[in-house]
Amino acid sequence: MDFEDTREEAEFRAECRAWLEANASERAPGSEVGMSARDNETVERAQAWQAKKADAGWACITWPREYGGRGATRIQGSIWNQEEARFETPPNLFLIGQGMLGPTLMAHGTEAQQTRYLEKMLRGEEIWCQLFSEPGAGSDLAALRTRAEQDGDAWVINGQKIWTTGAQYSRWGMIVTRTSPGAVKHKGITYFIVDMHAPGVEVRPIKQINGGSSFNEVFFSDVRVPAENMIGRVNEGWRGAITTLMNERAAIGGGGMGGGVDTLVRLAQQVPIDGRPALEDAGVRQRIARLYIRQRGVQLAGLRSLTALSRGETPGPDLSIGKLVGAPLRQEMAAFALELLGPMGAVDDDAVGDRLWQQAYLGAPGGRIAGGTDEIMRNIISERVLGLPPETRVDKHVAFEDVPTGRKS
Amino acid sequence: MNFDFDDDQKALQRAVREYLERESPLSECRRVLEGEARYSETVWRGAAEMGWLGTAIPERYGGAGLGALELALVAEEVGRALAPIPFASSIYLVSEALLQLGSEAQKERYLPQLAAGTCIGAFALQEGPGHGNGQALATVLKDGAITGDKQPVLDGDVAGLYVVACRVGDQPRLALVGAGEGVKATPVACIDGSRALARLQLSGAQAELLGDGGDAAAIEHLLDRAATLMAFEQLGGADQAFAITREYVLDRYVFGRPVGSFQAIKHRLADLFVDISLARSNSYYAAWALAGSADELPVAAAAARAAASDAFDLAASEMVHMHGGIGFTWEADAQLFYKRAKLLALTLGSPTHWRDRLTLRLARESAA
Repeated sequence: MDFEDTREEAEFRAECRAWLEANASERAPGSEVGMSARDNETVERAQAWQAKKADAGWACITWPREYGGRGATRIQGSIWNQEEARFETPPNLFLIGQGMLGPTLMAHGTEAQQTRYLEKMLRGEEIWCQLFSEPGAGSDLAALRTRAEQDGDAWVINGQKIWTTGAQYSRWGMIVTRTSPGAVKHKGITYFIVDMHAPGVEVRPIKQINGGSSFNEVFFSDVRVPAENMIGRVNEGWRGAITTLMNERAAIGGGGMGGGVDTLVRLAQQVPIDGRPALEDAGVRQRIARLYIRQRGVQLAGLRSLTALSRGETPGPDLSIGKLVGAPLRQEMAAFALELLGPMGAVDDDAVGDRLWQQAYLGAPGGRIAGGTDEIMRNIISERVLGLPPETRVDKHVAFEDVPTGRKS
Repeated sequence: MNFDFDDDQKALQRAVREYLERESPLSECRRVLEGEARYSETVWRGAAEMGWLGTAIPERYGGAGLGALELALVAEEVGRALAPIPFASSIYLVSEALLQLGSEAQKERYLPQLAAGTCIGAFALQEGPGHGNGQALATVLKDGAITGDKQPVLDGDVAGLYVVACRVGDQPRLALVGAGEGVKATPVACIDGSRALARLQLSGAQAELLGDGGDAAAIEHLLDRAATLMAFEQLGGADQAFAITREYVLDRYVFGRPVGSFQAIKHRLADLFVDISLARSNSYYAAWALAGSADELPVAAAAARAAASDAFDLAASEMVHMHGGIGFTWEADAQLFYKRAKLLALTLGSPTHWRDRLTLRLARESAA
C-alpha cells in the first residue's frame, strides 16, 4: 500500500509536467479552475489554450486515436488532469462537450456527424451545451415537453430548456425533444444536434440565489433542424440521453472542496466564544470532526478509485458516493462556518471580509440539485449498487400526453 | 497510486473469512451468549492453529511475521463473523503493547504464548465511568507491587497476562501483571453477553514495568494502534449487518411489495452504505499509517475509529429496525450485532471521545 506512481505513471506524469511547464505558469495556491466565462475575452483565452493543447496532442487524451485523442488510459487521463490543475489555465468551457456529448456522438452518432463535429469539439473551436432539463422536467427528465415535428427534410423545434450551462457562448447544443406524445414516456423522445445560432433560438441568463448567472434558459420558436442532425433514430433518443447522463456523473464525480475543514479549523482557532477560541468548545470540536471524516473519506475514496484505474480495473461501486457526500457537505460546512462567525456571518461585503463562507453558503444548494439531486443519487445507489427494487412507476404504461407533468396550480 | 491491499493480503483475508464462516457461524456467537463459556475455545484454538493470532508478531517470537495490513484484514473478518474470542484484547492491545514497549526478555517470554493462544492477554486501562487520559490514574505501582481497581477490563477474567495502566509517582506507566496472588478478576455481566467483561482488583500484586514503562504519549500511541485495528473489526461487523439487512428487505413483503422497494428504506440503506464506505476509506488510510509508522497515524486512527464506530452502530440499529418486530426478539440474530456494535464502540473510548481527539489533533497539525 502506497501513494506513489508506478514507473510508467511517473514517466507519463513527467512528460505531462514538462509540456505544461514550458507552456503555462504555476497556479497560485487556493485558486480554482473556472467552469464558465462571463465575457468574450475569457472565451477566446480558453479556446486559445485548448488549441495549443490540441496542437501538441494534449487535448482529450483519453479519446480514441481515430477521433483525435491519444487513446490514453483512464489513469493517464487522471494524471493529466492533476498536472494541468497545478497550472494557471483559463476556465474549462469544453467539459460538457468533450466529457459528455463527444462520447455520446462516438456511441450513437453517424460517421458524418463524428467527422463534422468531433475534431472541432476537441480543438475547442466549437463549444457545446447540453439541452436536457425543462421547467417541468428535472429529476424526471423523461417528462420533457419540448416538441419536435417533422416538416419535409427538417424537424421543427418549439419549447423551453433550462439550467443550460454555457448556452450564451455555445455554437452547438444537443437537445432531447418529444416527437411522439401518444407513445409512452420514454419511447417518444428524439435526440438532435441543434445550431445555437439558428433563427428562433433565444438564450436568457438565469440569476441564481448567489447572484451569479452560470446557467441559462433557452427558448426555441420554430427552430428548424435538418434531419441529418438526428442522433440515433426517431423516438429512440432516450438511449443516447442515458449515455450522456452516465458520462455526466463520471465527469462530476470528484471535484474540489473549496474552503475545506482545514480552513474551518483555522477559523475556529480565531473566532471567540465567550472570550476563548471557539475550538476550545467541545461541541464545536464534535462538529468539525464529523465534517472532517466525511471530507477525508471522499478524498480517500477518490484515491481508491485511482488505484483501481491504475490497475486497469473499474472502480468499485462504493466509490460512486462522491456527489452525494460532497454536495451536502459543502452546504453544512459553510453553514457551520457562518455560525462560528456569529452575527458577523451575515456580512457579505467585500469591504469587510473575503465573503468565502457566505458565497459558499449561497452557492451550495445548487450542488445538491445539479446533475442528479441528493434523492436521485440515493435512488441510483440503492438500485444500481445495492440492487434494491426500482421505484413503483404510475406513468409506465400510459401515453405521455395523458401523464400529468409540471405544476397543477 | 496503490491505495489498496495486495493480492496476497486479500487471499489471506479470504482464507480467514472462509474458515470463520465454517467454524464461527452466528450460532457460535449465540452459544457463548446463552451458555456458561466466556469465549469460544474451539474458535480460539482454530485461530491459533491457523496462525492468525501471531499475524503481526515476528517469526523469532513465534508469529507469522506479517504486518499491520494483514492483521487489519484478519480483524475485519473476526468482526464480520462476530467471533466470540478475545482477539482484540490479546492481539491489538497486549501483543502490540509488548512489541512496541516490551523489553527483549518480556517479548521472548510472552509473545510466543500469545501467538500460540496458550496465554490470553487483557488491557486494563479504565477505572470506572468516563474517559481516562492516563493522567489521573488511581492504580499505583511501587517497589514491584501494584494496587488498584480496574473496571471494565475486556476479557479480564479469561486472561493470564495483563498490561495495566498505572502511576509510578505522578507519571503514567504501563505494567505487566500475571495471574497470581493479589490479582482478582471477577466476571461482570456485559451488554454483549457473547464477550467477557471483568473487574480486575489488584492488591499488592507482583508487577514489572512493560519495558521502561512508557509514558502518556506511548499509551496514546498504543491506543491509536489498537483503534485502527478495532476499526477494521467494526467495518467487518457493519458490512455483515448491512448484507443481512439487505437480504431481509428484499425478501420480506408488506403492502404487496418488498420492504426494500420503499424509498424510506432505500434511501436509509443508501445513506448507511455511504457511511460504511467513508469509514472504510478512512480505515484504509489509518492502516497505511499504522503499517508505515507514519506521522499521520494520530489523525488517521481517530478518524477511522470514530467513523467505524458510528458506521457499525448505525448498521446494527438499522438492522434491528428494518427487521421490524422480529428484529427486537431474542431469537433473531439482529441482537448479536446490536450488542457487539455498542460494546466495540465503547471499548477503547466512545466515538465522542475519539471525535474530540480528532479535532484536537487536527488543530495541533494546523498550528504546526
